[in-house]
Order: sequence, then C-alpha cells, then structure tokens
Amino acid sequence: MDLLANKTKPPVTKPLNAPLDPLDMLEPNIRLTARDVTVHYGAKQALHGISIDIPDRAVTAFIGPSGCGKSTFLRCINRMNDTIEGAKVGGRIELDGQDIYAPDLDVVELRARVGMVFQKPNPFPKSIYDNVAYGPRIHGLARSKADLDEIVVSSLRKAGLFEEVKDRLNEPGTGLSGGQQQRLCIARAIAVGPEVILMDEPCSALDPIATAIIEELIDELRTNYTIVIVTHSMQQAARVSQKTAFFHLGNLIEQGDTEEIFTNPVNKQTQDYIMGRIG
Amino acid sequence: MNTFIVAGLLLVLLALAYQFGWSKSRALATTNGTRVHSRSQYHGALVALWTLVPAVLFLAIWAFFSPGVTHWYTVSQLPTEVLQGLDQIGLNQQLQRIRDLASGYGVTGDVQPFEQAAGENLARFQLLSFLIMIAAAAGLGVLGLWFAQRRINPRLRARNEVERAISWALIACSAVAIFTTLGIVASLVSEAFRFFTYINPLDFFFGTVWAPKFSSTGSGDAGQYGLLPLLTGTLMISAIAMLVAVPIGLMTAIYLNQYAHRSVRKVVKPIIEILAGIPTIVYGFFALVTVGPFLRDFGASIGLSISATSALTAGLVMGVMIIPFISSLSDDILNQVPTSLRDGAYGLGATQSETIRNVLLPAALPGIVGAFLLAVSRAIGETMIVVLAAGNAPILRGNPLEPVSTITVSIVNQLTGDTDFTGPQSLVAFALGLTLFIMTLCLNIVALYIVRRFREQYE
Repeated sequence: MDLLANKTKPPVTKPLNAPLDPLDMLEPNIRLTARDVTVHYGAKQALHGISIDIPDRAVTAFIGPSGCGKSTFLRCINRMNDTIEGAKVGGRIELDGQDIYAPDLDVVELRARVGMVFQKPNPFPKSIYDNVAYGPRIHGLARSKADLDEIVVSSLRKAGLFEEVKDRLNEPGTGLSGGQQQRLCIARAIAVGPEVILMDEPCSALDPIATAIIEELIDELRTNYTIVIVTHSMQQAARVSQKTAFFHLGNLIEQGDTEEIFTNPVNKQTQDYIMGRIG
Repeated sequence: MNTFIVAGLLLVLLALAYQFGWSKSRALATTNGTRVHSRSQYHGALVALWTLVPAVLFLAIWAFFSPGVTHWYTVSQLPTEVLQGLDQIGLNQQLQRIRDLASGYGVTGDVQPFEQAAGENLARFQLLSFLIMIAAAAGLGVLGLWFAQRRINPRLRARNEVERAISWALIACSAVAIFTTLGIVASLVSEAFRFFTYINPLDFFFGTVWAPKFSSTGSGDAGQYGLLPLLTGTLMISAIAMLVAVPIGLMTAIYLNQYAHRSVRKVVKPIIEILAGIPTIVYGFFALVTVGPFLRDFGASIGLSISATSALTAGLVMGVMIIPFISSLSDDILNQVPTSLRDGAYGLGATQSETIRNVLLPAALPGIVGAFLLAVSRAIGETMIVVLAAGNAPILRGNPLEPVSTITVSIVNQLTGDTDFTGPQSLVAFALGLTLFIMTLCLNIVALYIVRRFREQYE
C-alpha cells in the first residue's frame, strides 16, 4: 500500500483510509492513520515521525521498552498531550479521514469518540453509578433517568462488572478492588459510546487474575471497538492483539500482524526486544 | 557571665569526651584487628553524651531548686524582729534590697547594719553555691566520662545507644511544644476560674451588656461582663472576612493551579504570598486611613450611613489579609489531587471547567473546607486590624455598617494600663482568652480531622 503517496492528497476529498479497490475490502477497515507524528516536550523530542495505520474492530498493541514513546503516541490519538504544558505535536493524525489536530476540531467531541483507560485505575471519588454516568451526563447522552440507568447498566455489563456490583451501585468506586476499579474505568469509557478505546498499560497495576479478566474483556470488546493498547508485557501483546507495533527510542521500528512480529520479526531491534535482549 | 562560664566548660568537656571516646575505640580497632561493632564516631558521641547529660541534668535540677534555697537563706539572715514587722510586699522589698546589696548594685536610702551583713553573707553564699555547682557538674561530667570510656569494647553497641539518645532528644523537643500548650491552657483555665468567682459564668456567657468599670479601690461595682456583644462582633467580622476571602482565594487557587501558564504562576504566586507577609498592624492602619473613609464616603454617596470604623471595614480588610492564606492552602490541596483523576475526566471529553467542577473540586473539597476552617480560626483570633478598624463599640447589634468590638479588642482594652490581676477587670481577659482558645481549638480540630481524612483517601 502506497501510504506515503496518499499523504499529499487532501483528506476532505479522499480520506486516507478509503478503500482503493474492492480487493482492499478484504483487509479490515483502517480507522486511524498517523503520518510523521512528532512530539516535543520542551526541547526534548519524544517521538520521531511515527506513521501507522490502525484497523477497525481489532486490537493493536504498542510494545517497546520504557520511555520508547508508545504512551506518548497513544496520548496523541485523543489529544491528551494537550493537557501537558510544553508538549508540541507535529505531523498528522486522522480518525475516519478527519484531521484530529485541525483547528476547528472540537477536542471534547474527539475524546467522546476516542475513550481512554489509564495505567492506574482512576475512578472518581464518586459512587460506582456516578462514575459510569459521568460521561453520558456531561455529553447529554441520556434524555431521562431511565435512559441513564440503561446506559450505566449496559456499560457495566459490557465491562463484565455488573454482576459484581449490581447491589452496591451507590457505594464509592474507590472502594472496589484494583481489577474491579479498572473495569469500572473501562465501563466509564464505554458509557460515552466511543468508537476507539485507548488503553495505556491497563493491567500494569493489577494482579495476574485481574489481568486475565481484563484481557478476556479486551478480546470481547474488539468485536465492537477499535482498541489500541500499550503494554510492557510481550505475552499480553501476543495474547490480546491482532496487530503489533514496536517502538524504540521514539521511533516506530516495526509494525505488522502480531503473529508475524512475534514469530518472524524483520528488524534486528525487534528481534532483540522480543528475545529479551533489550528492555 | 556565670552562665557563659558554665556553657564554655560544658563545651570543652564535650569536645574532650568525644575525642577521647573516638580515639579509644579507634585504638581498639587498629591494635586488636578485631571487628568493632560501631564506628568510632558513635563511640565518641556516646562518651560525650555520658559526659554531658548527667552534668546538664544536674545543672537543671540545681537551677530549679537554687532560687528557693537562696530565698530561704536570705530570709534566715533577717533578724526576727525585722521579719515580724513586714508583710508580704514589705518582705519582698526587703529581700530585693539585700539582693541588690549582695550583687553590688547599691540601694536607695540608708543601709542598715543588718542589711549590710545580710548582703555580705548572701554574696558569700552565692559564690560558694556557684563554686559547688561548677565543681559538682564538672565532677559528674568526669565521672560520666570515666564510666563511658570504661564501657568501650568491640561489642559495645554504641551506634544503637546513640540512635536511641537522639530519638529521646527529639521526643523531648516535641514535648516542649506540648507542655507549653498544656501550661497555657492550665493558666487560662485557672485564671478564668478565678474570674468566675467574681462574675457568674451565666452572666458572662449569656450577658448582653459589656460595660466593665475600672475602680482603683478594688471594691464596689465592677461593671457588667456580657460576652455576647463581643462574640457577635467577632463572628460578624469573621463572616465578612470569609465572604471576601473564600471566593477570591479559591478562584485564585483554581486559576493558578489549572489555568495559569507556568511563567505566570511563577510570578503571581510569590506576589500573593507577600500579602501574607504584611504585618497585620499595616493592614490595620490601611483599614483605618484608607478603606474606612472610602467606605464612609461611598456610603454617603448612595445614601447609606457607614461608619468609618465598622465591622464592614475591619471585615473587608481582614478578608484581604486571609486571601493568600486560603489561596495557597487550596492550591496545595488541588495539587494533591492526582493527575490521573484529571486525566480521567479529560479522557471522557470533559471540558476544563467541567473537570474542575465535577472532579477536581469534589475530590479536593474536604481539604479545602479544612483550609477554610483554619482561615476562620485566624480571623477570629486576629487582633490588630480590629483594634484599629472595628470601632471598639461593644454593643450588641447586627448592623455591619456600625462600629462593633471583638473578643480580642476587649482583651487588649482590659489589659492595657494598670494590671494587677486582682479584680474581674483584668481577670476577664483570661475568660475571654479561654473562650477564644476553645473556639479556635474546635475549629482547628475539625479542620485537621477533615484534612486528614482527605489525605488518607489519596496517599
């Protein structure tokens, strides 16, 4: 696929991810495209020209050693880097062909479409119900109390948490266990009705059992959402993702089908990382 | 001068002891080649402690008892017939004369022979007791040194002992604060109790008239001591101050914490904190000279009669004084709210103000309320501004545009001038102080409780 050639074309007339011919329809739809994305934190350059396509309804994993820029790139996708003072993003990222860094783009709307789950479970100090209802409330997604109840319950169901908390929806979300809190955060993200869910090392603060539950959940969610997950654990990437991208020192070294990357990496650095020689 | 001699002596002893312990344990390590449990510094420190602590303890005990002994000795020097002819005040004067003679200051009037003799005896006694004190302290120090250096051997756990001594020293330091507080409370309570032997507590706490009468004879009508006019004045001024300070302080904190660029914050924050460093007396005359007249003229222009000195004037200026207090405390508390919570809200597409209103402030609320309560207790205890700007009119009324008085102002008034603490006129200060203390104490306890609960949530 000649992606670099596409870059010059105006996205309004022809989105980058538009299928070129019917044969391409066999490939999964491309949801997100990034071209030459750079990030500077003050004088320090954290990302050097990242270009990647992220397919719809699949899990894409970003792997790489600490400080390689994978989380930084993830935070570019819903413009969370905006909240960091001194961060400057260059290049171009498109969601469904729309430049998300365009001046007329509404960040609030973008973040409603691109949800995020963070490294450390961060439920608000509110009740379980209010945690999930928060997003729908600020975006005015529910017309009535019953509507809102419906959203909350179905989000909790999708996050596999409903059965565990249905009797204590009014208790504080901070009282749940770590794994439950993380699923609450996933439910909170789902409740807004996003198309893309970004997960920044969602299991790094969890024990193996809670991790297994979340991984299962990610696998279920991929039938409805585009999921991008940053992970330290190569096993996790191998278990949950269909596509994998390897980052190193702010560069995207290699990307492709997860199976390919893990069994037959092209790049020497990728090989070394997967063999555990750099990390 | 004596004190310096003692202190110098102790320091020399200390240095010697340290050096002694250090070199002895050093020698142990080098000659035997055995493994010494603690390093030489600890051995040195331990010997120094053994030398210093007994001597200092002895000096402390000496200092505690010696005035009594000296007093007793001086009294014993007075002839019986002189002693019988003196009342308490006369005796004190007589003793002072003898002390002055002993220290060679000279006295007014003729020196009687018995005074002269007593003075000379006292001087000898003082010199003797000083020499005994020095000798005993030095002896104890040397004894301690000898004992400690004898203990030095490779297995002595000098490090652990020194560490324990340090922890005891730290405990002693914190005990100073606690015992001072207890002492102040005890004196407040006992003196207030004395006040209540003159005035019925019910008349004090529920009286609506504040009109103490000064009487030189100490007899007759002492006046009325109703707390309520002062209490309402205090509360009114504090309330006005909080009405000014809370919104401004909180908004400032939110702006600095959430909106301001780093470079702005770097300039603005110190400037606001300078406000906290202005002496309150300066605020006081600022209120008296500028704010009060301005309010009066402004009131006149819109047909309101505002006194130049009033609850409003004092409250407004006090509010300005408290702003930095609230803003910097709130800022610290907002900083403690984890970034992950903020990110969580932004990640859901919340706007900045939604994040602040729905996530940041609720999470920080207990801490911020704690900050408010601390600010209130400052406002209640504030003195200089109200002395100058509140108008000193202890009358029970609810109009903030008129002069009022506060508890603190009344304490100042009652204690300025002649104070002998024999009548309710001056003793009432302790009752007022106690009231004030209990009010601020309760506020502080509630505030600290709230702040602590908030901390537990995020740490």
